[in-house]
Amino acid sequence: MDGPDALPARLAADARAAFGDVVSAYQDLVYGVCLRVLRDPQLAEDVAQDAFVNAYRALGRYPTARIAELRLRPWLARIALNLARNALRDRKASHAIDGVPEPHAPAADEPLSLAQRREERNLWARLLAGLPDRYRQAVALRHVDGLSYPELAEALGRPAGTVKSDVHRGVALLRAAYDAEQRRQAGLERKEAV
Amino acid sequence: MVDRSLAAARGALSGLRELNTPAPAGLAAAVADRLRPVDAYAEVDGPIGRLYVSFTRDAITLVSRAGDPGQFEEEFRSTFGRPLHRVAAPPAHIGRLVEARVWGRGRPPAAARVDISWLPDFERRVLEKTAEIPRGEVRPYSWVAAEIGRPLAVRAVGNALARNPIPFVIPCHRVVRADGTIGNYGAGGPESKRALLQAEGLDPAELARLPAEGIRYTGSDTTRIYCYPSCRHARRTSTGHRVSFRSVDEALRAGFRACRVCRPVPAPHRAA
Repeated sequence: MDGPDALPARLAADARAAFGDVVSAYQDLVYGVCLRVLRDPQLAEDVAQDAFVNAYRALGRYPTARIAELRLRPWLARIALNLARNALRDRKASHAIDGVPEPHAPAADEPLSLAQRREERNLWARLLAGLPDRYRQAVALRHVDGLSYPELAEALGRPAGTVKSDVHRGVALLRAAYDAEQRRQAGLERKEAV
Repeated sequence: MVDRSLAAARGALSGLRELNTPAPAGLAAAVADRLRPVDAYAEVDGPIGRLYVSFTRDAITLVSRAGDPGQFEEEFRSTFGRPLHRVAAPPAHIGRLVEARVWGRGRPPAAARVDISWLPDFERRVLEKTAEIPRGEVRPYSWVAAEIGRPLAVRAVGNALARNPIPFVIPCHRVVRADGTIGNYGAGGPESKRALLQAEGLDPAELARLPAEGIRYTGSDTTRIYCYPSCRHARRTSTGHRVSFRSVDEALRAGFRACRVCRPVPAPHRAA
């Protein structure tokens, strides 16, 4: 199998044959985007499925030349983002969303270092979830999913300069929140020591 | 201080990288399953007789008044080149889509749609636009052409509608000629088109009467808005306040503006 760079050309040649590889290559990205918007693993999985199905159908409407030049990462991220936001809106209409779920509940007999890593990971997930929507997606797409700034601009449908400053402000907010959290924990430990 | 925040920033970035969530194991298989076409068809009741409707898991692919099942299967094969099997009745969500679109009963379900993605861009846009025309109303061919940004392609709109693979569900019968005559119809000729519009509560004779007198638009002198005569806002105007116009120019000169719902456009000169 060729790398993901060859995928658009293969899609243009035979979308049906190549689409399976598109799903394998980008399912983590698409699922991650949906999960961050929806915060519900089951719903996120459904919406991720819809995103790929819609993407495949959209390919049927594109001229071959356009498919060959597609930048799959931002294109799929944008489809997923729009669908997830719609799903969130529909869901809000029916009932309020739950709080942020703990991504991983620690097992009882876990080694300490693993438990610490988990705790750290949960902390970052919680801080990220606490960011304003505008920054959260930008930061996550850049630093969790590793999109470049031009890809980010395409995925979010905003100018490159705007998404860049959103990412920087978002990371600064995260950092401040992390510092505050550390200070809070240090304070707690001191209290326990006393 | 600077060093500390720099370290924290790095911590943030590596912390974020850890958050990459792998997709659930079944996702790829589920997508592949949903994209595999499974074509089936069933008979349903239509306003002017029996219809054959073919569908995939979640979309209607073809509708026809074919004489018998064999004829419909042949139509399907020559259009899609895929095998097709017959079922007693369409699945519930497809059935509800037919109910909503063909009979105006209930709302179209979110889980079902029509699949015209395989059509050329122009034809697809014509049909998508036509699907927006409300039940019981009609629009001229020139309206569809203008709405999709190809105001001169009036004739091409007619050709695209004549090849509508999903008639009744995509209401190509609601597109008529600007001069009031009913125009042609791919699924059974002008007679069928007339019967269909009648079934939706329109009176085709009445529809032709105004244009025959040279009247293309009607407005209300209270709102100073003009519409196509079959627009629901034109129809609720009381007779005492109804004004008639022969052309968009005439309406504009009288100080009227176009309705934002039916968005009337000038009739093409050929038809005038």
